[in-house]
Amino acid sequence: MDITYIILIPLIPFSVFLLLGIFNQQIKPAISGYIGVIGLSISALLSYYAAYQYFFVYGKVDEVYQTFVKKTVWMNFTDTLHIDMGILVDPISVMMLVVVSTISLMVHIYSRGYMKGDDGYTKFFSFLSLFTFSMFGLVLATNLFQIYMFWELVGVSSYLLIGYYYTKTSAIAAAKKAFIVTRFADFGFLIGILIIGYYTGTFDFETLNNPEGSAILNWASTSYMGLSVITWALLLIFMGGAGKSAMFPLHIWLPDAMEGPTPVSALIHAATMVVAGVYLVARLFPMYYFVEDGFALKIVAYVGAFSSLFAAIIAVTQTDIKRVLAFSTMSQIGYMMLALGVSGYKGIEGVGYMASMFHLFTHAMFKALLFLCAGSVIHAVHSNYLKDMGGLRKYMPITNITFLIAALAISGVPPFAGFWSKDEILVAAFENNRLLYYVALFVAGLTAFYMFRLYFGIFWGKETKYEHIPHESPLSMTFPLLFLAFMSIVAGFVPFSELVTADKIGFEGHMDYPLAVVAVAIGLTGIIIAWLFYKKENDLAAIFSSFFGIFYKWTSNKFYFDEIYLFVTKKIIFDHVSTPIARFDKKYVDGTMEGIGNKTVLISNKIKGLQSGRLQDYAFFFVGGVVVLALVFIYIWTN
Amino acid sequence: MIAGISIYEILTLTSILFFIGIYGFITRKNLISILISIELILNASAINFVVINKYLYPEVLQGVFFSIFIIAVAAAETALAVAIIINLYRQISSVEVKDTEIMKY
Amino acid sequence: MEKIVFYILALLMIVFAIASVTSRKMLRSVVYLLFVLIGIAGIYFLIDYNFLAAIQLTIYAGGIIVLVIFSVLLVHHIEMELELAKISKQILTGVLCLFGLGVFLATIYSYDFKVVENYKTTTVADIGSGLLSYDRGGFILPFEVISILLLAAMIGAIIIGKGDKLTQKDETI
Repeated sequence: MDITYIILIPLIPFSVFLLLGIFNQQIKPAISGYIGVIGLSISALLSYYAAYQYFFVYGKVDEVYQTFVKKTVWMNFTDTLHIDMGILVDPISVMMLVVVSTISLMVHIYSRGYMKGDDGYTKFFSFLSLFTFSMFGLVLATNLFQIYMFWELVGVSSYLLIGYYYTKTSAIAAAKKAFIVTRFADFGFLIGILIIGYYTGTFDFETLNNPEGSAILNWASTSYMGLSVITWALLLIFMGGAGKSAMFPLHIWLPDAMEGPTPVSALIHAATMVVAGVYLVARLFPMYYFVEDGFALKIVAYVGAFSSLFAAIIAVTQTDIKRVLAFSTMSQIGYMMLALGVSGYKGIEGVGYMASMFHLFTHAMFKALLFLCAGSVIHAVHSNYLKDMGGLRKYMPITNITFLIAALAISGVPPFAGFWSKDEILVAAFENNRLLYYVALFVAGLTAFYMFRLYFGIFWGKETKYEHIPHESPLSMTFPLLFLAFMSIVAGFVPFSELVTADKIGFEGHMDYPLAVVAVAIGLTGIIIAWLFYKKENDLAAIFSSFFGIFYKWTSNKFYFDEIYLFVTKKIIFDHVSTPIARFDKKYVDGTMEGIGNKTVLISNKIKGLQSGRLQDYAFFFVGGVVVLALVFIYIWTN
Repeated sequence: MIAGISIYEILTLTSILFFIGIYGFITRKNLISILISIELILNASAINFVVINKYLYPEVLQGVFFSIFIIAVAAAETALAVAIIINLYRQISSVEVKDTEIMKY
Repeated sequence: MEKIVFYILALLMIVFAIASVTSRKMLRSVVYLLFVLIGIAGIYFLIDYNFLAAIQLTIYAGGIIVLVIFSVLLVHHIEMELELAKISKQILTGVLCLFGLGVFLATIYSYDFKVVENYKTTTVADIGSGLLSYDRGGFILPFEVISILLLAAMIGAIIIGKGDKLTQKDETI
């Protein structure tokens, strides 16, 4: 299979970025939007073509999906250890190509309406293109180092886009927070990469992931603190993934990242970048699974499950609609991590892996849709807060319908997309680890509850008096909504179990009906409770929240995690470590340097007196000098 | 040659004159006084040329020629210095050294 | 006889030189300098350089001193007392000069000059032919250069002394 044309998929957004970035001032906003959309359309078409070619024409040889690699050596360290640049095509990368290009295209179209009239319109599109390029590069990376490079590029574009409204202090703070937290996590990632490079002698995914390869077979050769070094490396790499994917306890940046424009939240902080962590674990899945009997993978599962539960509980109490969605994203990513963590490798045992990728795919669709709907609502109401909304279904019918579809999808109501993928995750968890299954089930109920709390709160509930009558968004914004709503319905019918699996051999997917019924029942319960609480204005919710009392308060403050981090960083690290160091630096290091400078100035001032400008003073010193020199020379010559 | 006077005595005399000139050059506060001191210094060295010529190399006249040139240069220098002093006096109504320090910046 | 004359001359020169650099009256200072210059001319007579002595008298005593006296008269009141330097500076300079003198004299007296006994008289003709000689050791080129230098100095002195027309008319100065 010729995969050369796939290189165009990332390069087109990159050239769009260069074009819009360099000619930022020259290009009219109206045109820059079209350039972005057209560039991305080409990329998207190429992605679809590549997916078709791969999955249905060339990809499968002897019932196994092949991995195609095209690369050139970039930096050479030793014969085996070298950093390559190239593209790698296998089921998950092709699947991610489709996800990224679809969502990105929809967000581009949507942004043309949402960002209309903004001063930095062209800049916005150039950043979007930069992000899309980086994400494609990340997806197609052939080795750990390449993925790390694009990983950082993604982080930078995320930073730029969160801080897009750079005149707002909170946006700047959020951008910095996101960058620092993820950067901190990436530090672990980098160390992990270096450990892998040192102990296995390669960065290459193909070599690393080969179950019969030396990297996996020799995992026990060196150990450190009771664990294999490779396990440590994998845990550190997972730390990087957890940072990007906002897993507990590195999740604190994600809610704040909602300061960015809503399309950005949809693209980066819901559908693509935040699932990079999941993608990373999936990419190295054979290593995670085989090294030390999957110890690292168990950690992934528990972190995922806890994050999922934690975020879902917080999401119930938030009042900023974008923050609810942010915590929901975190929760769903936790789901994917959980699914990966409970997965096996061979055949039907790999259902967790498949479910995770499946959920990634469907979640990207319906979560992006949710964010875009939220953006549409915010666009109309000019507020992020639930209290400013209510009864919007009359004014915004399309948004209402599409939001409902997305909410049903995420709640796991058949036949919407979320049901199918979530069901597979529950099956995997049920067969592997009962505790995690119950957690997942509970989270499913919570998810349904808070999504419909949001839905009823926005579109039903009390009739709010609006200063400006809200109106439905323009076509450029509603078209992506409709398209993604369509995708949210049909995405569940994609036969994932035959396409994307851990060992790349398809298996026959099946429905586990008892489990599905339980899951749907739980989801419906959540929806019904939400309906009771929020459909009409009543004080059931208030009674309920006062019933939980202190717990409710804790939850609505996100369990004070921001405060804890702030306490640790500010009160402990800043006050007791950094400040003394800074003082030391200022007093002694700077002080020495400044002292030298000050002394020089002081001495110069003293010496300046000698440079009186009076000829006679100079003559005096001159004669004195002559006499002294004469003495010296006489002394030398007479001895 | 001066009968009974060695070269040492004459050189002692010129050295004394030379240093008196330097003393004047450094301590006087007036441009014309400084000019006078310079004349002293120049003359002391001119005598040296002549005396050394006479005492050590009587068959040639180089020292004499140098003295003549020194006198000519001194004349030119004095003429220029006087011109400068008079011009300066027109500008700032003073020929004191302390009033001519602005060049130090 | 010559010995006594030399000592008298030397004493006079030193006394007048000191007087010249310490006098607080400008004009007196110049006159003391004139005496020193005449004493130098006397020394030239003593060592049989009559032409040089004549030049010394005419150019220095006749020309330069007159020029200086004119400039003094132009820029000073006759009775004006000159400012003196600070005592500390005078002492310091005096010490420095004495020290330098000591170094000079020590050097001079430690050197063994190869004195050639002679009482030859140099005629003006010798000096003239030496100055205008083209041969080896002839001084025709420096002689011409000096003439150009004198011309340049003359022009320069006129230009500088004349000053700017503008400043002449400017009455605020």
